[in-house]
Amino acid sequence: MKYSALSLLRAGLGGHKDWPRAWRDPEPKPHYDVIIIGGGGHGLTTAFYLAAVHGVKKVAVLERGWIGGGNTGRNTTIVRSNYRLPELHALMELSLKRWEGMSDEINYNVMFSQRGALFLGHSDSDMLQLAQKGDAMRADGIDAELMTRDQVAKLIPLLDVSRTARYPVQGGLIQRRGGTARHDAVAWGYARAADRLGVDIIQNCEVTGMDITGGRITGVQTTRGPIGADRVGIAVAGNSGRVAAMAGLRLPIESHLLQAFVSEPVKPMIDTVIMTQSLHCYISQSDKGEIVLGGDPDAYPTYSQRGAPHIIEKAAAEALALVPALSRLRMLRSWAGTTDMSFDGSPFIDATPVEGLYFNGGWCYGGFKATPGSGWLFSHLLARGENHPVAAPFRLDRFETGRTMDEPGVGPMPQNR
Amino acid sequence: MMLIPCPHCGPRAHAEFTFDRPVEAITRPDETPDALVRNLFSRENPRGPSRELWRHTYGCRSWITLTRDTATHAITDVRPVGVGA
Repeated sequence: MKYSALSLLRAGLGGHKDWPRAWRDPEPKPHYDVIIIGGGGHGLTTAFYLAAVHGVKKVAVLERGWIGGGNTGRNTTIVRSNYRLPELHALMELSLKRWEGMSDEINYNVMFSQRGALFLGHSDSDMLQLAQKGDAMRADGIDAELMTRDQVAKLIPLLDVSRTARYPVQGGLIQRRGGTARHDAVAWGYARAADRLGVDIIQNCEVTGMDITGGRITGVQTTRGPIGADRVGIAVAGNSGRVAAMAGLRLPIESHLLQAFVSEPVKPMIDTVIMTQSLHCYISQSDKGEIVLGGDPDAYPTYSQRGAPHIIEKAAAEALALVPALSRLRMLRSWAGTTDMSFDGSPFIDATPVEGLYFNGGWCYGGFKATPGSGWLFSHLLARGENHPVAAPFRLDRFETGRTMDEPGVGPMPQNR
Repeated sequence: MMLIPCPHCGPRAHAEFTFDRPVEAITRPDETPDALVRNLFSRENPRGPSRELWRHTYGCRSWITLTRDTATHAITDVRPVGVGA
């Protein structure tokens, strides 16, 4: 059923009793043209575009748990394309353009709110870096505005921009088209839209092995039996190493964790996404009114999805120093996502040495914003067997060849990002 | 928060330590370029016990190796690194 104001009115008059389920719960078929491992945002958008753009008929998404139960539901929902390197501009701007049309495209309100994404500058060198980044963005056709301290103060009145502030604010760089979205809705919306095009979304189905004959993949073993496939795509960021190991592959990825936490809901007080990269603190307010905070990664490999308190303490201290009005808020919950840390901070969208097996991962802690672009590019690779020009630089062998894309220029150790 | 038993200082809070790399990623100058690339830029990335190099950066500043379970954070077999260790 198509969602519209009329369908909402009709269902409302009937007491909301007759809403049909949003997607089917099919049994796995014996064989598919393409199997996507991983029912997060990236896997679901890939499946959707495979059916919608490339006309692939038999597609399945296999999810170990439930749709949106992994990193798609564990991020801080920030969407932006304010990078410095041209390869990342192309990737993230392609994605941001798809965000702008997403709710219409999938007939599902993902509450994408372009409230502006602001990087704060705290020093002369910060401001130089932001000016350079802004210039690079504008040269590639992406919106960016350098702001003075007064302009920042006017935009965010609750920010402490006084000369005695613990973290003095000199200015900032804003991307007004950046913002936030409802992360669960992205997973649910793409699941429903893909399902309407005939994609089988199979939950509670863990892949336990891969069938590889003569260097070519023929299917996967799952907790719900073997399933055959011509092509298989891995989109399981966080667990990429474990799934790739089933095909005998080692990846340039370590699994780390990133924490986030939210306060009790309050009335609207911050209508911009505030970020500071020299401190590493992220502040935004959800549409429910919660203040969403994020900070540093925990900086060691782990699958525990449980972080250390001193990391939260640092992020909270920074947030309070920047916006003192947050000091009386009570925190509701904190959580952690497993991040696929690559060795240059950039992701991978590439074929693997196993014929018919393709890989999408290594999104570090920036995968949510890339959700629709990642699916757009990965579906292209899976459907055609060759990479889209925008995805071409994101190769698995780039460390061997020296063609890395290290945005902050911090070198190869994932714990330093 | 992990409690890491430093072989020199005894049990200390994990906030005093920094992770460096899995022991498998320690490279030596006489390795072939292929082995260097493999060791530096690919990982087993196990879910379970992992042998790792850490440093007691905000304590005695010594390097140590330990085995840590990446799912449960249980730490065993902590050893000092260096001459005479």
